[in-house]
This record gives sequence, C-alpha cells and structure tokens, in this order.
Amino acid sequence: MVDVTLHVPTQETAWWVLGEISDPEIPVLSLVDLKVIRSVNVEGSAVSVEMTPTFLGCPALEYMKQEIREKLLALGFESVNVELKLSPAWSSDLLSEDAREKLRAFGVAPPALRAATLAETLNKPVACPFCKSYHTRLESPFGPTLCRQIFYCEQCRQSFERFKTL
Amino acid sequence: MPLEVPTDIPKEALQRLLIALADDELVLGHRDSEWTGHSPILEEDIAFSNIAQDEIGHALLWFTINEQLGGKSPDWMGFERNWKHFTCCHFTAFPKGDFAYTVVRQYLFDVGEQVRLKNLSTSSFPPLKEAAEKIIMEEGYHLMHSQSLLERLGDATEESHKRMQAAIDTAFPQALGMFEELTGEDDLVKAAVFSGNEPLKEQWLEHIVPVITSASLELPVEKKNGTFTTDAKADEGGRKGWQKEHLKQLVEDLQTVYKMSPGGSW
Repeated sequence: MVDVTLHVPTQETAWWVLGEISDPEIPVLSLVDLKVIRSVNVEGSAVSVEMTPTFLGCPALEYMKQEIREKLLALGFESVNVELKLSPAWSSDLLSEDAREKLRAFGVAPPALRAATLAETLNKPVACPFCKSYHTRLESPFGPTLCRQIFYCEQCRQSFERFKTL
Repeated sequence: MPLEVPTDIPKEALQRLLIALADDELVLGHRDSEWTGHSPILEEDIAFSNIAQDEIGHALLWFTINEQLGGKSPDWMGFERNWKHFTCCHFTAFPKGDFAYTVVRQYLFDVGEQVRLKNLSTSSFPPLKEAAEKIIMEEGYHLMHSQSLLERLGDATEESHKRMQAAIDTAFPQALGMFEELTGEDDLVKAAVFSGNEPLKEQWLEHIVPVITSASLELPVEKKNGTFTTDAKADEGGRKGWQKEHLKQLVEDLQTVYKMSPGGSW
C-alpha cells in the first residue's frame, strides 16, 4: 500500500511550485533561485506573492507574473495576487553560490559582487565558464538580453556571456 | 493599486514631473532603437538596442506611478496620446543624426539622468525615491558606455574630432532644455519632492565640463564665482508641450502598430 499525499495549497507548496518556474531567458535558474520572489503569504484559499523585477525593461516580467498566477491556481488557490515591489531594489549580489554554479554549468559566467563603483566591478577578473581561465576580456558591456554581457576567452578562444552585475 | 499623496505635495505638479521623466525616456529610447540594425559596428548595435529597452522600461515605471496617482494607463500614454501632449524636452526628440550626435546626446542625457536620479533618491515621496534608486543602478552602464565613446572619439582622428565638436555645438543648447522649469515646480521643491531644475543643471555642468574638456572638445561655458555659467540659449518649450514637427513623425512611428488594432492584445 502506497501512501498518496494530495498536495494542498499551503505556504510550503506555494514556494515549491514557484521554484519550478524557470526564468525564460536563463532556464537553469528559477524565480526562487533568482530571488525575484520576495514573499509568499497564504490566507485560507488566497495567496499573495511579492516579486521584484531584475531589470525594469525585462520583457519577461509579464510572462513571469502570468506563470506565477497559473501555477498557483493550478495548485488549488482560488485567488492569486501578484504584486511588484521595487524596494529594496534587486541586486545580482542576492544570487547564492548554488545559483552561480548553475549559471557556470549553463555556460554563463556569474555576476561579480558589487564593488564601490561600476568601473571597479567591471575591472574584477572574470573566469571563463568553459575552461576556467582568467585570460578573458570584456567585448561589450551589453549583450543579447538586458541581464547579460559579452566576453571573450583568449585561452579557449571562444565568446561567452556573463550575467551583469546590478 | 492607487497611491496616496501626502497633503503637502501638489498632486498635479507631481504628475507633471512623472510624465516629463517618462516622456524623456520613452522618446530617447525610441531614438536609440533607430540604431538597431544600422549601427556602425555590431557592438554598438547591441548596446543601443539594450539602452533603448532599458529607457523604455524606465518610462513604463514612471508612467505606472502616474497611473497609480489617477493618470491614464502607460499604454494610453505611449500609444494613444496625441503628440502635442507629450512633454519631453526637445533635446530627446531630435532625429538621431550621425553617430557623433548620437554619442554626444546620449552622454549629455546620461549625466543629466545621473544627477536627477541621485536627487530623486532623496525625494520626500517614497514611490519616486524607490523608483530612482532602482533606475540609477541600471543607468550606470549607459553612462559608462557613452562616456567612453565620447573620450575615444573626441580626439581619435581629425574627422572624429570635427564631427564630435559639431555635435557638441548643436547638442549643448538643446541639452540645456532638459532643465526647463516645470509648471508648479516651486511647490514640488517646497515639499522636498526634488531640488528643482536649476541646481540640477549646475551639478550637470560640474560633471560634463571636465570630461568634455579632457576629450579635447570645447563647450561655451565660463566659471564665475565657482559656478559654471553659459551664454548658450536653452532650447526650451517641450515641458509646456510646445513640440516640434520631428516629434510628430516619431510618435506616428511609435504608434503605428498599436493603431492598426487599438486595444488589441497579443
């Protein structure tokens, strides 16, 4: 006889399904990994989620809100409220070491921790996510999406992307 | 969700400030996007496309706060509003010109934004303060980009120097229009919403003069009693909605797709 647990909509299961929603531009990270989800509050059959945007012009923002709504309704909540919170502003410093490792495995160098100035941040050595060499240079402070920049590795002679420090 | 405005802050002037901030971002963002597929090098194509996307994201945030204060929706403001009701400064609306003009305009605007956002991050109106704190983190990349291009092109070759100086001669009086006084500005200053445009202009000059001078370029400014002054005549009127024809064309472009099926959804 196998015990079957029916998943009920609780605080815990809400976090769990939110952890299943991938960032559409960096599918190896979930919205929970990205620290985009600030809080989850359950009151009976209603849930409210506070989220914070990474980059304001990010076109994935509406998609994320939609996904959050759909997942939580599918879990059994009757009403879902998603609210955007700007403060405290999101920073790439929030990414855990685990999330950074997932980025490397995906071929994207993780963001440097913020230094006093942007110039200092960008002067920090960046390791190639493929060959680990620090013999790399910034090709463009902008990239294919708002959250990424383009680097080139002199060692393994290929371009790679880095998550922007914010 | 509607926002409450403290009684000492004049709501109408506050909305005017928000719309001016949003319109500058939206209109310059659109001009930046005109380089997509047309930039002199691939990296700049990517850079200006990114910057355009950022600026339009910032416009969206300012419009959203305006909506929470009882204003029209961001989509309405961008896609349905008549061009004559835009309050961007003329500076952001001029055609993109050559790449030198684009770089110079972006640099002068980016510094303007830095001083403005820094000031707004101490605003007495919390939603404004929080938005400014968020936007300023993204804007750092824009300034780094435009400043490094300005420094490189200022004295790279005779041709680049000539074009950059011509761009500065054209853009500087236009850029002064960023600091045109808003109707009701005094009341906003009294309520500590922001410091007012005049002090921002002084801070802006403090930043740009040494950078532009060290790039071997000249500005029509003088230092008197420790402050920079200029005889250049500011190109104003935009904040009052006195717009020029090229904004009309820009807004027509911006609204083309929306107007094919107003209110349609994707």
